[in-house]
Amino acid sequence: MTSPLQQKMKVTGPVVVTANRLADGAVIYRTSDGRWTTELAAAAVVTRSEAATALLAGARADLRIVDCYVAPVELGAAGPRPGNLRERIRAAGPTIRLPGEAEAGKLHVYA
Amino acid sequence: MYMHDEFDRTLIAERVAEFRDQVHRRLSGELSEDEFKLLRLLNGVYLQLHAYMLRIAIPYGSLSSEQLRMLAQVARRYDRGYGHFTTRQNIQFHWIKLEDLPDAMADLARVGLHGMQTSGNSVRNVTTDQWAGVAPDEVEDPRVWAEVVRQHVTLHPEFTFMPRKFKIAVGAAAHDRAALRIHDLALRLHRNAAGDVGFEVMVGGGLGRTPFLAKTIKPFLGKRDVLSYVEAVLRVYNQYGRRDNIYKARIKILVHELGAEAFAREVEQEWLAIRDGALALDPAAVAAIAARFRYPAYERLADDPVELMKARAANRRFATWHGNSVARHRMPGYAIVTLSLKAEGETPGDATADQIDAIADLADRYSSGEIRVGHEQNLVLPHVRQQDLHALWRALDVIGPTSGWCRTSSPARASTIAASPMRARSRSRRN
Repeated sequence: MTSPLQQKMKVTGPVVVTANRLADGAVIYRTSDGRWTTELAAAAVVTRSEAATALLAGARADLRIVDCYVAPVELGAAGPRPGNLRERIRAAGPTIRLPGEAEAGKLHVYA
Repeated sequence: MYMHDEFDRTLIAERVAEFRDQVHRRLSGELSEDEFKLLRLLNGVYLQLHAYMLRIAIPYGSLSSEQLRMLAQVARRYDRGYGHFTTRQNIQFHWIKLEDLPDAMADLARVGLHGMQTSGNSVRNVTTDQWAGVAPDEVEDPRVWAEVVRQHVTLHPEFTFMPRKFKIAVGAAAHDRAALRIHDLALRLHRNAAGDVGFEVMVGGGLGRTPFLAKTIKPFLGKRDVLSYVEAVLRVYNQYGRRDNIYKARIKILVHELGAEAFAREVEQEWLAIRDGALALDPAAVAAIAARFRYPAYERLADDPVELMKARAANRRFATWHGNSVARHRMPGYAIVTLSLKAEGETPGDATADQIDAIADLADRYSSGEIRVGHEQNLVLPHVRQQDLHALWRALDVIGPTSGWCRTSSPARASTIAASPMRARSRSRRN
């Protein structure tokens, strides 16, 4: 019997690996050269289970990050866009206007 | 104000030093996130969607102007220049960096503030009526009892890892301003038919996905027994509360599933075994705590001074504000003033560092340097001389339009802002 740790990750579309940066909690994405970026457009996008597993394993070995996981994206002309509401909010920032800010987050960018 | 003693100061300072070491070990990779998460949750540090959040307790909602200015300084120095006052007499900083947390906590510790037990499955900040000690309709000052309970449950080893978080509120007024029945455990001070003052004990209230009003399990509990009874409630919950399902882990689910009567029987059985032990309260110990609450040296004044009556008659805007935001004080000639933190279009409870500093200045000038925070996410100046109300209102009117806070510039606007406690309550229920 296959242990849960050995079970194959189910990937049915384009995904990225995302996490929060340890130092300040900022939303970050894994790049194809093993670094991290705050720009979703610069993230490594994979579509196969083996590639996602490898990308995730490399990311999890990094101790400077927190809560690493695979997140769905949609591919558009301008690059990857968040694949669900949670990821849209993570990518765009708060949905409310913060004190001292002129406008709310950039959620409309992905709407 | 409650004056911390050396024990409190040492406790907080030691906790900051301990947390500084934990953060250092996390940043160096010595601690994993799984190891560190338990530690940060003992200190009010969350990791939210976009950043770390630090939650600071404001016991019984009472702050000095010095503490308020330190909160403003922390907001400026370590965060994005604002703080968020919550519905449970806390303040949160939503953009703080992990590496800055020890320094921020050290600054806060200098004025007796901390984040202990503001997160995790522990007994959270004990809350009470924001008008405690000054309201004319209370039996006695409930903050003394909130402090008695706070001291007992702070770092209590048996209740540090309960099935889920546990929220306690204490009230003592005829009119409930502490939202007692939506707490896990609520203590309502009242006088019984014999004329004795004691507590009505309510358990199992809460909001969230499964809202319940708390049920009364003890209509009258003598003051001597309050700690042993609270301990018994916590023990029964700790033993029977569910740990397998986070959505069913709160005491409200246990009370609902077991039934209030059966839950009360379990508590009674536990309580009878411990009530005459070390937790039986010594009145001298309670008196010592009560003595650490300092009240202003009130002047002998009369209600409704001539200058106030004249100003109300001459200025409709002032009269509207007075009707909405000013309440009777237990001392003649004094008033309780509510400052709304619900400006139109803004997030309820948010205040910028500049606004916080401005409120601290007003508190020094008009309220003996004391500010209260209520569950309605408003601030309160609890000791304002009625003869100063018009001057205070003019000061607010100057600050309001420029800061977007506490606007009182027109009757129309006043009607849209939750300036009165009554309006604030109705809005709070929707938030």
